[in-house]
Amino acid sequence: MSMDLSQPVISSGDNSTSAYDLERIRADFPILKQEVYGKPLVYLDNGASAQKPRQVIDAMSDVFENYYSNVHRGVHWTSQRSTEAFEAAREKVQVFINAASVNEVIFTRGATESINLVAATWGRKNLKAGDEVILSHMEHHSNIVPWQLLRDEIGIELKIAPIDKGGNFLLDAFEALLSDKTKLVAVTHVSNALGTVVPVADVIRLAHEKGALVLLDGCQAVPHAVVDVQALDVDFYVFSGHKLYGPTGIGVLWGREDLLNAMPPYQGGGDMISSVTFEKTTFMKTPHRFEAGTPAIAEAIGLGVAVDYVSGIGLENISAHEQGILQYATEKLSAIKGLTIIGTAKEKASIISFSVDGIHPHDIGTFVDRAGVAVRVGHHCAQPVMEFYGVAATARASFGLYNTRDEVDVLADALEQTKEFFA
Amino acid sequence: MFDDLRDLYQEVILDHGKKPRNFRCPENATCLAHGNNPICGDTLVIYITLDGDERITDAAFQGEGCAISVASASMMTEILKGKTRAEAKTLFEGFHDMCTKDDFDVSQLAGCDEDAIERLVMLSGVKEFPIRVKCATLAWHTMQAAVEGDEEISTE
Repeated sequence: MSMDLSQPVISSGDNSTSAYDLERIRADFPILKQEVYGKPLVYLDNGASAQKPRQVIDAMSDVFENYYSNVHRGVHWTSQRSTEAFEAAREKVQVFINAASVNEVIFTRGATESINLVAATWGRKNLKAGDEVILSHMEHHSNIVPWQLLRDEIGIELKIAPIDKGGNFLLDAFEALLSDKTKLVAVTHVSNALGTVVPVADVIRLAHEKGALVLLDGCQAVPHAVVDVQALDVDFYVFSGHKLYGPTGIGVLWGREDLLNAMPPYQGGGDMISSVTFEKTTFMKTPHRFEAGTPAIAEAIGLGVAVDYVSGIGLENISAHEQGILQYATEKLSAIKGLTIIGTAKEKASIISFSVDGIHPHDIGTFVDRAGVAVRVGHHCAQPVMEFYGVAATARASFGLYNTRDEVDVLADALEQTKEFFA
Repeated sequence: MFDDLRDLYQEVILDHGKKPRNFRCPENATCLAHGNNPICGDTLVIYITLDGDERITDAAFQGEGCAISVASASMMTEILKGKTRAEAKTLFEGFHDMCTKDDFDVSQLAGCDEDAIERLVMLSGVKEFPIRVKCATLAWHTMQAAVEGDEEISTE
């Protein structure tokens, strides 16, 4: 059974991944052949950034070796070819998230820029002093700070939807925060620090009942399960390419077309205007209105190929595989004495934050690294949720479509040995 | 598997990491500074008691960090007692160079407390782990800020 991100259901952690050709998938990722300190690389930092398959690497090389040029302006062969590939990537993203129109897919530098774009354009135009924006307690800094900047600028109020000790989003408490003053709910779809899947279908329904719009930070959701923005009935959805096995420097802002066309431009420049005189400039419609300047061309094309890649395997299959790994890793790590898993929500993506008694996460990170294991240590750019748990930092293993149970064993073994060292 | 980590995580360092010395808030401290490493979330407060603005009569700390940063802070508080501000600064600069410069020459610290130098050389094993250098130097940066009257310091 796959993790259905549109419904607040409990995933079964089904292990039936026999049809999943893990060996072949791993062969697609050249870096997985890398050895570190003489040991095979065990890459469990996918929540920070995922590795790239050969298909993405080759597609980006192909751009530069065979047809690279600027887009949307040249009459020559390379520019036409680049423009076609760039716009084809946009169409791939449209299909990937089931957007109603390709015009709703805006390329940005990443989710951070996508959120800043919404805050700076939709927010500045539509919010006034006293209006409320609701965030959750487990937001990434990128979905906190842009709203704080707006608060300091125009005097909006930020309300924080709470979580319980397990890291579950508290729907009733969220509902109690909603009021006629609520204009926007900006929450994560899946927590990067805890793995919690937020019951977004209910969040969206409740917010819409109060007339508020909803922005979802989908960075940790799109790599793990099917996301359908129309089925979600959400208003804005953002994600980064590099966590989806694509390149850095490219991300997506999806928004409803009517909302986007009513928003003022983000940055001014070339590629976003209909006409410019020194007296007056008229702007293009979405998406070009929001894409001033030469975009990240090869990166967008690379993202399109990454989307093809995960779609080819099937998000349902990826989800089933990762849920199996999550269940196995949860059992395996829970069996380590002194290890505490932070974030035990009923429905989780394949992310496990943890601490080990008497050993600081940084020391854990340095030690398991010697076993070839890459994990993230620190506050995961989510300090408020760290504070909620009374910790400055955790270690985090985040699993991707290529990870194996053997790799979980390597991590568990390295943790046991680290404990012995510090005992 | 962890043999080469022994060079950094020596027994003395592990001991200070587990049982930090001078882990307290002295009531008569004359200066303090908050140190934090925004990348990893380590936080320290360093308390220094100066006698007549020149000699350090007491040094203590509180906070949270990895074994390396706690051990470094703990060992530093022991080293600093009885040193003048000028001596503390020389040791700080020497330790900083030790952790970051390939051509560091220990003769730079000629005339300094031999025991202090020995301990700092031990901690300077972090040089082989560039991302961890900040862990070892955070306490010293913070101490320097405290005696110079800056209350906030962050290593990035």
